[in-house]
Amino acid sequence: MPAAISPTMERPSAQPTAPALAVSAAGTAASAAARTIIDIDHVDFFYGPSQALHDVSLKLDEKKVTAFIGPSGCGKSTLLRCLNRMNDLIDGTRVAKGSIKIRGVDIHGPQVDVIELRKRVGMVFQKSNPFPKSIYDNITYGLRLQGVKDKSRLDAVVEKSLRGAALWDEVKDRLHTSGLGLSGGQQQRLCIARAIAVEPDIILMDEPCSALDPISTSKVEELIHELKKQFTIVIVTHNMQQAARCSDQTAFFYLGRLVEFADTRTIFMNPANPQTEAYVSGRFG
Amino acid sequence: MDAPPENHFRSRPGAIRAWENVLHWLFRGATYLVLLCGGLVFGQIVWRGAQTVFTTRAPFVNVAFFTEAPESLHVFEYQGQKQELGDRAFNAFKVAHPDAKDVKDESYVYSAGGIFPCIVGTVLLVAGSMAIALFLGVSSAIYLNEYAHDSALVRFIRLAILNLAGVPSIVFGLFGFGMFVIFFGWNVSLIAGWFTLAFMVLPVVITASEESLKAVPKGFREGSLALGATKWQTIRQNVLPYALPGILTSSILGIARVAGETAPIMFTAAYVVRDKLPWEGLTKASDFFFQGVMALPYHIYVVSSKIPQNEYTARVQYGTAFVFLLLVALIASASIVLRSRLRNRYKW
Ligand SMILES: Nc1ncnc2c1ncn2[C@@H]1O[C@H](COP(=O)(O)OP(=O)(O)OP(=O)(O)O)[C@@H](O)[C@H]1O
Ligand SMILES: [Mg+2]
Repeated sequence: MPAAISPTMERPSAQPTAPALAVSAAGTAASAAARTIIDIDHVDFFYGPSQALHDVSLKLDEKKVTAFIGPSGCGKSTLLRCLNRMNDLIDGTRVAKGSIKIRGVDIHGPQVDVIELRKRVGMVFQKSNPFPKSIYDNITYGLRLQGVKDKSRLDAVVEKSLRGAALWDEVKDRLHTSGLGLSGGQQQRLCIARAIAVEPDIILMDEPCSALDPISTSKVEELIHELKKQFTIVIVTHNMQQAARCSDQTAFFYLGRLVEFADTRTIFMNPANPQTEAYVSGRFG
Repeated sequence: MDAPPENHFRSRPGAIRAWENVLHWLFRGATYLVLLCGGLVFGQIVWRGAQTVFTTRAPFVNVAFFTEAPESLHVFEYQGQKQELGDRAFNAFKVAHPDAKDVKDESYVYSAGGIFPCIVGTVLLVAGSMAIALFLGVSSAIYLNEYAHDSALVRFIRLAILNLAGVPSIVFGLFGFGMFVIFFGWNVSLIAGWFTLAFMVLPVVITASEESLKAVPKGFREGSLALGATKWQTIRQNVLPYALPGILTSSILGIARVAGETAPIMFTAAYVVRDKLPWEGLTKASDFFFQGVMALPYHIYVVSSKIPQNEYTARVQYGTAFVFLLLVALIASASIVLRSRLRNRYKW
């Protein structure tokens, strides 16, 4: 992205996602008052012998959108997947040092059940992964696992989640057809709907728009704005404009270290670190 | 008219081209030879078996062959006519014709009647071993693929499974005999046969199940776990249904193959002859499991190698072989139908 820095900040005002900047600015003003929900404290993370995160410390605010940016392989996904302990699925991974607290509770603590954690911390994957079930069954999957059987409640959740994911109007007549019959962008919004159906606290999104066309992308971005009224959102993205448009705060990573973390506006307009400056202006990465 | 342009692409005969042709025909010939062998095997069984199984008069099927137990065949001459009658018919004949009381007859064992008990026995053996093999095989495949972490022990288990696949069937037969028949004291019985056959087919079931589980995209598991599902909920709801078509097809085919083996049931489950059907004369329900049965492959083996050969035994051999092929084909096509049904239901 050559010379991305100035267009990044100016273009949004002319875009359908114009509120982005306004909300960002508002968020910035209010951020001092916001409550910390995720407290990442000096975390070292290893895949077997190789260290992927070095001494990362971050405090994320409640009901804010935080973007993780950085060149490929810098550990964004790794950190994100630490937050709902998805990395537990990979053999030989460990948080060697430091702690991650969500609402004050160390998520690696002995009192924490990873199942309960994941109910509170939802995730949307880079590659949209609707289950090969009907749209309805996709959305009710999480609730049914929790033993909810009441049809009218499930119906209500399906409608609410689909509306929440801005998908209701497109699929309301085909709820019982396969989720795989949707377009790529619709599938990703279905996955978002599925994640919000269990009413988590936090939603983690790993490059949710990387496989989507610009129109679907802007739909998902609008959605993120809506969602942050209710949820805390952490989003990994390679798209600088996207980070600028939809996040309140941005963390820049490089080679497994957190280089800079500040309000999005500061990161893009006035970064403290020359590496950050170089990256957001597209000079490397 | 202009001279035609010089052709740069004309073929240039040479050793390489000749070799190409030779190889082409070699490969083609090998393939046709395989086809020929297959055709001959099937052709012979079908042709000769059909003469036993089908008849020229309505209902065109030799019903007795499917529904009766084997009997001895009595061949004799009566009033200048050659008669071929099974045991019961022969006795009835003697009652009806008192003068035939002391005709000189030659009798051939197993050459009359049918093979109903063998069909029943084989079906029971297949069903039971399939249930055991599927349960054990799918369980351990789930463990290996979904639960176990990569470790020396797991690698050793996989190696053991691979090796198990190479063990000859007669060795399984001896193992079953030593283990189930003698050590567990189950005697020659259905249950001993079930376990022997199940162990034999286990490597196929485990390998097929693991392959099918691996083919289910990782995203299904991660997506489910990320929604707060437990591991078993994830497997049950979002992995197993999609792996099932593959698991069932390969396993059923594997079992159909193993069901044809004589060696493993020879010492463990099969009787040369048994006049009671498996559900007859049971004093308590558990007796059902502890009785031997007749079985198609063993019957073929006995008829072809344990008694004097003649035209009458040949009929039974080929008829039995034909029915057996039919049964295996039936199982195979059932598994294919099942697969396409399940595929339609759980496709991704
Ligand atoms: N399963 C794994 N096993 C071993 N190493 C891994 C694994 N996943 C990631 N890594 C390593 O950890 C480092 C960080 O990877 P990560 O996936 O977090 O990067 P990323 O910032 O998300 O990159 P991208 O933008 O390309 O998605 C990389 O060096 C990567 O090679
Ligand atoms: Mg990544």
